[in-house]
Amino acid sequence: MTVRLVLTLATLFLAPMAHAQGFAGLGTDAEGFAIPERGRALVFPQDHGAHPEYRIEWWYLTATLTGEDGQGYGVQWTLFRSALAPEDRPGWDNRQVWMGHAGLTTTEAHFSAERFGRGGVGQAGVDSAPFRAWIDDWHMTSHAASDQDAFDALDVHARGPDFAFSLDFTAEGPLVLQGDQGYSVKSAQGQASYYYSQPFFTVAGTLDLPGGPVAVTGQGWLDREWSSQPLAEDQAGWDWVSLSFDDGHRMMGFQLRGREIFTAGTWITPDGRPTPLADGAVRFTPRQHTRINGRDVPTHWQIDWADGGLSITTEPLNPHAWMDLSVQYWEGPLRFSGSHSGRGYLEMTGY
Amino acid sequence: MTRTALGALMSHWRRNPWQLAMLLAGLALATALWSGVQALNAEARAAYATAEGLLTEGGAATLEHPAGQMAEAQFAELRRAGWLVSPVIEGRATLGAARVTLLGIEPLTAPPGAGPALAAPDLQAFFAGQAFAHPQTLREIGATEMRLTASEAVPVGTVLMDIGQAQRRLGLAGQITRLTLAPDQPADLNPLATLAPDLRLIAPGEGATLDGLTQSFHLNLTAFGLLAFAVGLFIVHSAVGLAFEQRRAMFRTLRALGLPLRQLTACLAGEMLIFALIAGALGLALGYLLAASLLPDVALTLRGLYGAPVPGALQFDPLWALAGLGMTLAGTALAGAQALWRLWQMPILAPARPRAWAHASARGQRLQAGGALVLAGLAVVLALAGSTLATGFALLAAALLAAALAVPLVLSLGLRVSEAQARTPVAQWFWADSRQNLPRLSLALMALMLALAANIGVGTMVASFRATFITWLDLRLVAELNVTPASQSQAEELRAFLAPRADAVLPMLRVDATLAGQPGQVYAMTDHATFRDNWPLIAPVADVWDRLAAGEGVLVNEQLYRRAGLTPGRATLDLPGIGPMPVLGAYPDYGNPLAQAVLTEARFTAAYPDSPIRQFAIRSATPDALSAALQDEFGLSSSQIVDQAQAKALSLAIFERTFVITRALNVLTLSVAALALFAALVTLSGMRLAQLAPLWALGLTARQLAALELARALVLGAATLVLALPVGLMLAQVLLAVINVQAFGWRLPLQIFPGDWARLGLWAMLAVALAAALPAWRLWRQGPAQLLRVFAHDR
Repeated sequence: MTVRLVLTLATLFLAPMAHAQGFAGLGTDAEGFAIPERGRALVFPQDHGAHPEYRIEWWYLTATLTGEDGQGYGVQWTLFRSALAPEDRPGWDNRQVWMGHAGLTTTEAHFSAERFGRGGVGQAGVDSAPFRAWIDDWHMTSHAASDQDAFDALDVHARGPDFAFSLDFTAEGPLVLQGDQGYSVKSAQGQASYYYSQPFFTVAGTLDLPGGPVAVTGQGWLDREWSSQPLAEDQAGWDWVSLSFDDGHRMMGFQLRGREIFTAGTWITPDGRPTPLADGAVRFTPRQHTRINGRDVPTHWQIDWADGGLSITTEPLNPHAWMDLSVQYWEGPLRFSGSHSGRGYLEMTGY
Repeated sequence: MTRTALGALMSHWRRNPWQLAMLLAGLALATALWSGVQALNAEARAAYATAEGLLTEGGAATLEHPAGQMAEAQFAELRRAGWLVSPVIEGRATLGAARVTLLGIEPLTAPPGAGPALAAPDLQAFFAGQAFAHPQTLREIGATEMRLTASEAVPVGTVLMDIGQAQRRLGLAGQITRLTLAPDQPADLNPLATLAPDLRLIAPGEGATLDGLTQSFHLNLTAFGLLAFAVGLFIVHSAVGLAFEQRRAMFRTLRALGLPLRQLTACLAGEMLIFALIAGALGLALGYLLAASLLPDVALTLRGLYGAPVPGALQFDPLWALAGLGMTLAGTALAGAQALWRLWQMPILAPARPRAWAHASARGQRLQAGGALVLAGLAVVLALAGSTLATGFALLAAALLAAALAVPLVLSLGLRVSEAQARTPVAQWFWADSRQNLPRLSLALMALMLALAANIGVGTMVASFRATFITWLDLRLVAELNVTPASQSQAEELRAFLAPRADAVLPMLRVDATLAGQPGQVYAMTDHATFRDNWPLIAPVADVWDRLAAGEGVLVNEQLYRRAGLTPGRATLDLPGIGPMPVLGAYPDYGNPLAQAVLTEARFTAAYPDSPIRQFAIRSATPDALSAALQDEFGLSSSQIVDQAQAKALSLAIFERTFVITRALNVLTLSVAALALFAALVTLSGMRLAQLAPLWALGLTARQLAALELARALVLGAATLVLALPVGLMLAQVLLAVINVQAFGWRLPLQIFPGDWARLGLWAMLAVALAAALPAWRLWRQGPAQLLRVFAHDR
């Protein structure tokens, strides 16, 4: 990747979109992209697949793992879609740009890799039935029975220059709709996305590390999100956590950093019933910074949800879990303690 | 003291402005020719680097199909197997008023390179059809509906665009030309040989790289630049040497006045450094102008011969200027070293006798004779043992130097013989005096001989080549029309349309292949009288055409036949996808840098079924009507239909251009040599007054003396010309039988063109007469007063 191409792609995938404001309530923006609407019911398995009429979309898997060697590990597998036009044409006329990210965190090291591709020619894409998301030889493929949800059983693979992983994800609970029935508000001005998760995976498989293969088991979390207007113009980045409590509860929380902080979250019971947490309910307080690539990144956090009696501090498995790719961000596994304890994943962008 | 010394030293140049002019001109011309050639080479090499860096930085391995194309599905298949490959499509198309190479890339998967960098800032626009081309290409294309953006990063003649857009314009939907491999691939992938057994892996730098193909062309240019530089240095050396001799008395005086030897030497070295800098700067300016005026022809030659994209406009590179100046300084040092050394060795009160030089020359002559013999021996050894282009040029250099060193010896011998024949006192004096002055003129005469020999040799080579080439071209271009289909589907339609209307429709099918380890191409040949009657063959086996038609073997081009030593009837050639095939004969294939093999159409299409038809050669009794019908029926553009006359004109034009540079350098070298002679004669004339004055005193008129001086120059020039003739023929023979075979792969018969020699002789004598005219004229006009003064100043 040349520097300029990288910059363009970074713009494509992460920068706030200047034209992404709602267009007279017609459900599309000025360039014809669809805009999420409150109250649209998500339909499966169709919504597991791609939504080319929206600008951006992702299939985002993370897993906190423990090796047979007793060590902690973390794995990320993500497929991003970014549309230059709101349709899915065949062949090279396709305007859907795909980007794959893979990360593998150990206590000593953090590996990352990326892939780019154009839709329409078979190099990358997502099929909804049977479900398969892929770019090159990286893939997330469903092998669930036909009466099950496609995400109930996934087989996931990615490979970088110096690492690879092959993992089986098995869902132990239902899909969870984030926000208002899957409509997730992202700013006080009303930017929003469709957002649902599968937070109940158990994971088993093999990591290929420079020192040799390691068998691992653990827990996984899949986020699905699509939108045409992910951030408000003043929002520079976000801090996001997925938490898996020792008692079986799950929690998702994020803050978007703009002129004002906007927060949201979901408290999830062990049987999968979500409680949305409104703006301001969850508070993120940085506790410790780590110097990475000339930036100060808050790798240790205190997270409070007063109404739920939650006050925890997080500690990363490896504070240097920096995704040193065309689009740069921090993504890695953590442990937390305080009022509650468990493991989770932290993502921080815009530092 | 230094200042006074410098002033005294410089006064010599004030009194001898001609000598100074000669020195500067020689140095400037040497620099100009050398650096001009270097600028041409550098510009061309930079263009090759641009062309190769367009797709990938520092070169990448590629996967290619022998048929020249593959289905684009292979791209996704290999990606999904983990291989980091990126598709490229390449083809020729007519855009606006120009025929260009369309290069389609996929910027998201492409390895880092200039092309993907151009696409990156606005992917949306690039996907939608934005294309990039060199400003020169844009001018050639003219008005078009395309969105073309100028970029110097794209080689001349290429238009860079998105792969999908390029496929559409080339009529090759779903097809790609090759896959580039990213430099770092993941470990533990399934091997390519299993995943894509039909694709060939080509390592970076392998295959037909422009650098490799054009190497001989640039070597030829460099050799000419060096020759010109050497001739220029002869001038410098003689000017410096003479100035040194003339200032011996001054040196002695300065030393006697107390100027330390070290300081005197430093002054002289400083003087030369200043001259070198002035002349170097002048030479660089001249060299730049020379290169800029020759570049369009060089660019056309390189494009015509090798398809190398070289722009016609010259860039200025400061590094080139520094290198050129360095060469001037080194040349000056070389030319002046002997003079400085002698100064260093000179006893403080050594008599300032000009005769000393002549005595020293006698010793020098023996040394020269020895040198000539050694070099001649070396040349013979190289001729017998050498087999590379470098040894070919070394052979040339050794032979030319040997001949040059022999010039004064042979001339001296000739003068001695003439002297013995002479009956009258004036004639005897004429010959003896010529011999006496020969050492001072010998360097200039050597330079003249070199330039004349180079002229005769190169002229003979070019003329021989031309005669052979035209005969060959007449035989080769027998098809009345050549038609290039725009796409594969059009090719089929054209074939169906033409079959009932033409006497023969001969498709041109070709695949790229490595032949005997060399980059090359395999062609299909339809069995037809067109080929049987007209293709001259070298060493064919019996019934060669019948055996070829039966698919029993292949024909190879002369280049391949010579380089790989494929003797027809004995050798076999390994063809990709077919295996070893007997070689049945070789055919001349002038102007093609690549190896080539020809086999029958049936064998070809069986082995390479997907190969597209690139051109039809059409035999017809009514080519004009057919051409018109094709334009009406298929809307073919004029660039897609080439008739016989056009094709011949095009080939001849390419041929003529190939030697434009050679001729230009030839003329310049001869001019430099004439200048060298002029310089020597002018400086000599001043010193010779003392020798002429007694003759004047004995009754010869100044006019007679001037005529004798002119005659001497002409006699020596003519003798040099006579000597240059065999040397030139030897040079031509080496060029034809050694250099051409090594550089291009073909051997041509030597043909003699006495008319050309006569013309060259006239020019040479005119140049000599002009060079001698000024000194002779001066002697005649200001004769008596000057001659009288000789006695007044007699030492």
